[in-house]
Amino acid sequence: MIRFEPRGPVAVSRTIGVSVTAAVAALVLAAIPMLFAGLSVLDAYVLMIKGAWGSMFAFTEMLTRASPLILTGLAAAVAFRAKLWNIGAEGQLYAGALAAVAVGTGLISGPSFVLVPAVIVAGALAGGLVMLVPTLLKTRLGVDEVVTTLLLNFVILLFVQMMLEGPMQDPMGMGWPQSEPILDEAALPKLMDRMRIHWGLVIALAASLGVYFLLKRTVWGFEIRAVGENAAAARHAGIPVTATFIRVGLLSGALAGLAGVGEVAGLKGYLTADLSPGFGYSGIVVAMLAGLSPIGVVFAALFIASIFVGADSMSRATGVSNYLADLIVAISLLSVLVSGLFLRFRIRLAGTRPARESAK
Amino acid sequence: MALPAKDAPVLLRLDGITKRFGALTANDAVCLDLKQGEILALLGENGAGKTTLMNILFGHYVADEGSVLVSRGDGDLSPLEPGSPHAALEAGVGMVHQHFTLAENLSVLDNILLGTEKLSTLKSRRAPARRKLEDLMTRSGLAVSLDMRVSQLSVGEKQRVEILKALYRNAKVLVLDEPTAVLTPQESDTLFAILKKLADAGLGIIFISHKLAEVMAASHRIAVLRGGAKVADLPTSECDQRQLAELMVGHEVSETVRGTGAPGDTLFILTGVSAGESRESIRDVNLDLRSGEILGIAGVSGNGQTMLARVISGLETPFAGSMRLGERTLTQANARTMIDAGLARIPEDRHRDGIVGAMTVSENLAIEAIRKPDCQRFGLLRFAAMREKARAMIDAYDIRCQGEDSPARLLSGGNIQKIVLARTLETEPKVVLAAQPSRGLDVGATSEVYRRLLAARARGAGVLLISEDLDELMRLSDRIAVIHRGHLSDAEPTETLDRGTLGLRMAGHTMEAAE
Repeated sequence: MIRFEPRGPVAVSRTIGVSVTAAVAALVLAAIPMLFAGLSVLDAYVLMIKGAWGSMFAFTEMLTRASPLILTGLAAAVAFRAKLWNIGAEGQLYAGALAAVAVGTGLISGPSFVLVPAVIVAGALAGGLVMLVPTLLKTRLGVDEVVTTLLLNFVILLFVQMMLEGPMQDPMGMGWPQSEPILDEAALPKLMDRMRIHWGLVIALAASLGVYFLLKRTVWGFEIRAVGENAAAARHAGIPVTATFIRVGLLSGALAGLAGVGEVAGLKGYLTADLSPGFGYSGIVVAMLAGLSPIGVVFAALFIASIFVGADSMSRATGVSNYLADLIVAISLLSVLVSGLFLRFRIRLAGTRPARESAK
Repeated sequence: MALPAKDAPVLLRLDGITKRFGALTANDAVCLDLKQGEILALLGENGAGKTTLMNILFGHYVADEGSVLVSRGDGDLSPLEPGSPHAALEAGVGMVHQHFTLAENLSVLDNILLGTEKLSTLKSRRAPARRKLEDLMTRSGLAVSLDMRVSQLSVGEKQRVEILKALYRNAKVLVLDEPTAVLTPQESDTLFAILKKLADAGLGIIFISHKLAEVMAASHRIAVLRGGAKVADLPTSECDQRQLAELMVGHEVSETVRGTGAPGDTLFILTGVSAGESRESIRDVNLDLRSGEILGIAGVSGNGQTMLARVISGLETPFAGSMRLGERTLTQANARTMIDAGLARIPEDRHRDGIVGAMTVSENLAIEAIRKPDCQRFGLLRFAAMREKARAMIDAYDIRCQGEDSPARLLSGGNIQKIVLARTLETEPKVVLAAQPSRGLDVGATSEVYRRLLAARARGAGVLLISEDLDELMRLSDRIAVIHRGHLSDAEPTETLDRGTLGLRMAGHTMEAAE
C-alpha cells in the first residue's frame, strides 16, 4: 500500500525542481514513441536543440514563438491564481487579433506612436471584454466558467471566420478568407533586421514583470491570492470577492488579447483563421509548468517554444511528424500534475518507518 | 450505578497500540481492557488521540505497533485483523461515528440491512429482519419507526438507528464517538439510560467524550488519554471532576470567573430578521445586545445558529427585518460594512472562514484591514508595517508560530483562533460576534478565548456568544436566549435559568408547555 503524507512548507527551490523534473520527465517519456518511429533519440533531441537554439535565426524564431506563449501563459496563471478557470485564452487571443486588425487597417490613421498603442489597447480591451462575459456569468449566476470559456473559443473562432469571409475580407485577397493587411504605422516594430522577432516579446516580458509586481506587492494582488486560496475566508474578511473575480477576468482576457495583437500586428501582418496553432491551450501548459509563477511563465514558455520550433526542424530533417511536439507538451503537463503530488505529499510504502525517525 | 461482575470476561483488549502521523504520535502504547457489561468512558481533550484509537479498533487505521484482541465467545482473546472494518464487524465491534453514516434517502430498515445481505441471493430477508429489530427495540428501548425515511428523522433518532445497526449485526462491543455532541441534555439522559440497559444485557460499551459531567454520570470506568498516552484508568466511583480535568489537561485548571458586569446602552438590535430557506434558516429573530454584556445563544446544532451568525457577519442578506448597530441600519449583506461599523466576527468554522491557510501569519493578521492606510499606500502593500504590526500581535496574543512569515495552515487550531481574535479584537470593536469560539480547542486555548471575550465585555463591548456548550454559556453569559428551529426566544438573565429549563427549550418546549 502506498501512503501520502503531507509535507510542511514548500521551498522555492523545490517548486522549481518540480517544474524542471516534469520537463525532463516529458522528454524521457517522449523518447518511447521516438524509438518506435525508428529514430535515434539522442540525434533527434540534438536536432531539436539545434533547431531551437543552434543559430541566431533559430533562436529568434524560438523567441518569436515564445512571445504569445508567455502572454497566454500569464493569462492562465493570473486567472488560475484566483481559481478562475479561464480555458478561453484561445478565443480571447482571436478577439484581440480581430480588434487589432479592425483598428489597424484604416479605422483611424495617424503616426505610429498613436496607431501602435491604439492597436495594443484595442486588442487588450477586446480580450478582456470577451473574458468579462463568463466572469459575470460565474459571479452573478454561478455558471461554471470552465464550460463557458471553453465553448466561447469556438464561438469566437467562428465569428472571426465569418468576419474574414464577410465584412472584413481583404478585397485584394483573391477570395482568400483573410483580412486587409495592417498599416505599416500600426504594426509592431521588428526587433532585428531580417528576422521575424518583434516587439511582442518586449510586451510579453514587461507583462510578466507587471503581473509579478501586481500579485506580490499590491492590494489587488493580495486580494487575488486570498480569493484564490480561500474564497470563503476572503469574503468573511470583507474582501470584495466579486470585484476581484471581475478584475482578474479582465486582466486575464487582456493578456490573451495582447498575444493576438502580437501575432497579427507583429508577425503576420493580417488576420487569418489559422493565426494561432493553439497558443491559448498551450498557455495552460505553460502556466502549470511554471507553477503559476509569472516569472516562471517566461521560462516555461521558452521551453514549450523550443519544443515546437525544435520539433519542426527535427521533422524536416528526419521526416517524423512534428506532432511529436504536441505529444511532448501534453506529457509535460501530465508530468507537472503528477509531480505536484510529490511536491505536496511525501510518498511512502506501507510498513516503512517515517523518514525522520529512521534518520536518527 | 450497578457495576459489572468482577469476574466478567474481557471482551476487548487493546495491547500497546502506537500510531504515528509523521512527527506526531497520536497513540503512544495504549493498553485498554473492556469487560462484558461495562461502560467505559474514554476521556480526553481534542487531539488527545481518542478518535484515532477507536479508528484503529474499528480498522480504519492500522496501528504502527500493538494489537487489538477480541473475545471469540469462549472467553479466549484472539487478534483482530488490522485495517479491516469488515473484520471488526464480523468480530462484533460496532461503531457509532460522530457524523452519522446513513443514507438519507433510504428507510430506516434499508439502512440497517445495507451491507448485511449477500449480493448473490435474490430474495431480501426483510420479514425476519423486521422481527429481529422489533425484538431488539423492545428489549433495549431504542424506539424508531422502521419505515420512515432517514431524512425525516431527528438527530437523536438517527443516532438510535446507528446503534440499532450495530446491534442488528450482533455487536458485542459498541463504540460511540462523542455521542452527546448533537443532543439536548434530555436526549443525552435518554441515551445514557439506553446504554445502561444494553450494558446490563451484557454489551461492552466505550463512549468517547470530553464532557466531565456526563462521563461521571454515565460510566463504570474512566480512561483518560492525554497527548496520545493513557494517563489514568479508574473506576468512576473513585473520581471527581476536578481531578479528571487535571488529568485531562496535565496541570491545574483555573476556573474562568465572569464577575458582575455593568450593562449599558443597547448597541445592536435585530428586528424581525428572517433569512435562509432550508432547514438551516432563521425566522423573525428579535435580539438586543447592550454594551458591557455577554448575550449567549444556546441551541442544539443545526437549529439556525449558523444562519444567524452568517447574517450578522454580513455574509447572508436577510429577506425580512432589519439590523441596527448604533446609529447605522444594516440591511444588505456585506462583510466590509459590518467590519467598518465596528463589528468583530469570530467565525464558527475558523479553518474555512477564519484564515487563508496558504498565506502567511502576517497576511492573515492584516486581511481585514488590508485597505486601511496602515497596510497600503496608493494600492501598494506596506510589508514592513504589516510585519511589524504582526510581530506585536503575535507577542500580545501569544500566537505560537515560526515567525510572521510562516504559512498560517501550519498552526494549531488554538493558534489559528488566536490569529482571528488578534485581528478582530485589536480594533476595539463595539460588538463582538463569537460563534462556537472554543469548539475544538484545548483547555488552555479555551480559557484564553474566554479571557479575551470577558476583557471585551469589561471594555464596554457587547458580546454575542453562540455556543452549543451549555456550561460555557452559563459560565460566560449575562443573559441567555435559546434558538430552536430558527426561532429565538427572549433572552433571560443567566441567574434565573438552569440546565434543565434550557435543555427543554433547546428541545422546543415553550415556557408555558414546560410548566
